[in-house]
Amino acid sequence: MDLNLFTRRSEHEWEIPQHEDMRVPAMIFASEALIRDMDQKVYEQAVNVAKLPGIVKASYAMPDAHWGYGFPIGGVAAFDPDQGGVISAGGVGFDISCGVRCLHTGLTRADITPLQKDLADALYYRIPAGVGSTGAIRLGAAEMDAMLVGGARWAVENGWGLAADLERIEESGQMLHAKPDEVSQHAKQRQRDEMGSLGSGNHYLEVQEVTAVFEPSIAQVFGLKIGDIVVMIHCGSRGLGHQIGTEFLKRMAMSAQQHGIRLPDRELACAPINSDLGRSYLGAMRAGINCALANRQILTHLVRQVFADLLPQAMLPLLYDVSHNTCKVEEHRTNGEPCKLYVHRKGATRAFGPGHPDLPEPLRAVGQPVLIGGSMGTGSYVLAGTTESESHAFSSACHGAGRAMSRHQASRTWKGRQVIDELAARGIIIRSPSMRGVAEEAPDAYKDVSSVVDAAEAAGLAHKVARLEPLVCVKG
Amino acid sequence: MSAHWEHFPHDADVGVRGVGATKAQAFEQAALALTAVVTDLQSIEPQQAIEVECEAPDDELLLADWLNSLIYEMAARRMLFSRFSVQVDDHHLRSQAWGESVDPARHHPAVEIKGATYTSLRVAQEDGEWVAQTVVDV
Repeated sequence: MDLNLFTRRSEHEWEIPQHEDMRVPAMIFASEALIRDMDQKVYEQAVNVAKLPGIVKASYAMPDAHWGYGFPIGGVAAFDPDQGGVISAGGVGFDISCGVRCLHTGLTRADITPLQKDLADALYYRIPAGVGSTGAIRLGAAEMDAMLVGGARWAVENGWGLAADLERIEESGQMLHAKPDEVSQHAKQRQRDEMGSLGSGNHYLEVQEVTAVFEPSIAQVFGLKIGDIVVMIHCGSRGLGHQIGTEFLKRMAMSAQQHGIRLPDRELACAPINSDLGRSYLGAMRAGINCALANRQILTHLVRQVFADLLPQAMLPLLYDVSHNTCKVEEHRTNGEPCKLYVHRKGATRAFGPGHPDLPEPLRAVGQPVLIGGSMGTGSYVLAGTTESESHAFSSACHGAGRAMSRHQASRTWKGRQVIDELAARGIIIRSPSMRGVAEEAPDAYKDVSSVVDAAEAAGLAHKVARLEPLVCVKG
Repeated sequence: MSAHWEHFPHDADVGVRGVGATKAQAFEQAALALTAVVTDLQSIEPQQAIEVECEAPDDELLLADWLNSLIYEMAARRMLFSRFSVQVDDHHLRSQAWGESVDPARHHPAVEIKGATYTSLRVAQEDGEWVAQTVVDV
């Protein structure tokens, strides 16, 4: 992007001053190199979000921002219901509560190496992945509604996981005030066979090794040290969330005029928080969050079963679970006053700093774990929320590497088999039902996750704690 | 130029574009482009037909609705479709789609489509041809 479009507020803060009918400025957090490479569409989309009613402080974009739908991916925006603020289905995205969770294993590289291939095969066999795959669980109508209300708590109560997992999940594993009645039969139908499945695209399950520790004191609290093996799961609310997103996008686009909202882009379809449609969406979206939390919980249980068979000495407690496509009600300070805001994070991770009351007691002193998924050949990161992040972007940080190349271009540049062989030569085992899917997800189709994470740290959004590198990747 | 479809790039996802002599034909071609995001069209046998109907206040929302209806049918029935017949009457669409159940071993589906977005959404007549396009989230 043209740097002349911005007022540089600090080394890593690029402001788009308020102009035209923007209600607030926009702010992009990035290094100079990242912002130069960023798509011009990020600028346009960040500006458009700043035009929505009731937006507070600024429309933000994280260092991994790229061209999204309505909102940039990597976008953060908070709305005040008392100022006519809106809730946007496009601002949450189709994959409601898509997120990442990280499990400890208590194992080291030496424990894994002799069984690496067996582990890859067993995980691939046990975890349904890819198009047309179904989970082993079939939910009837009453169970579906119970799942949509209970989230990961419902899953644990039904035998998928441990009670101790819940405090390591945002919202303690259960998003309150979910309304299954606001979720259509189509959405429930689409989910019927999909509980406990990984999905496809950029979703994955990886066995990873901790290869670097940057903040030993925080890493110790998180239970991470060099050589440790962890499991990272990236997936979302599956068909149910996608269907909720699709249906409310249309309803919000069609009713915007009636609510007196002029949409700068149809994809920014939204409704006042204080409206029937806004409340309906909120209830449905919260049910979608619970679906994602339950799904990641069931996958966790399946992973534990695989480890119990192959490496029975392993214990797999949960480090943390974050969601990066959400809208949540949070208390933030604006103009020095505490205020309840509806914070949209679309491809951005909540990053509460030390002392935040919503963090579980064992983590409260050091801040929230922020889990950043990289591409399958590079690495992932664990960060921690900072105190200063609150004043930057409502305690938010980046969520991943972000694509550098379209799927189309990636599948023409690489062959899946070649990607798999190259990664195998580096000791990384890939299992996937689709060679084209692997080609589209080739490591070099993504931006360098390290530069994104470095920029997030330099901007004060989060501290870098540890780097993780994959040994096994199951790709949907 | 005869009816055809193509993909166009988007940073994170894929654009689908159908071109035809009529709006209905452009919608049929856009549906082929949609399926081609998932798998090779030639690999799908048009064995079984389903009917899809949808309605929206304008052409563009109708296109998004049409593609979203197919995405729903693909997910709920676990099917892939390779032949489409569309009739558009004002802002009401009726169609038949022919396809078969997903067979991962034969179709090697690359990716599951989450939804059709309103990004780069356009239905227009240009130089005597109809173009129907949008970006789909995968």
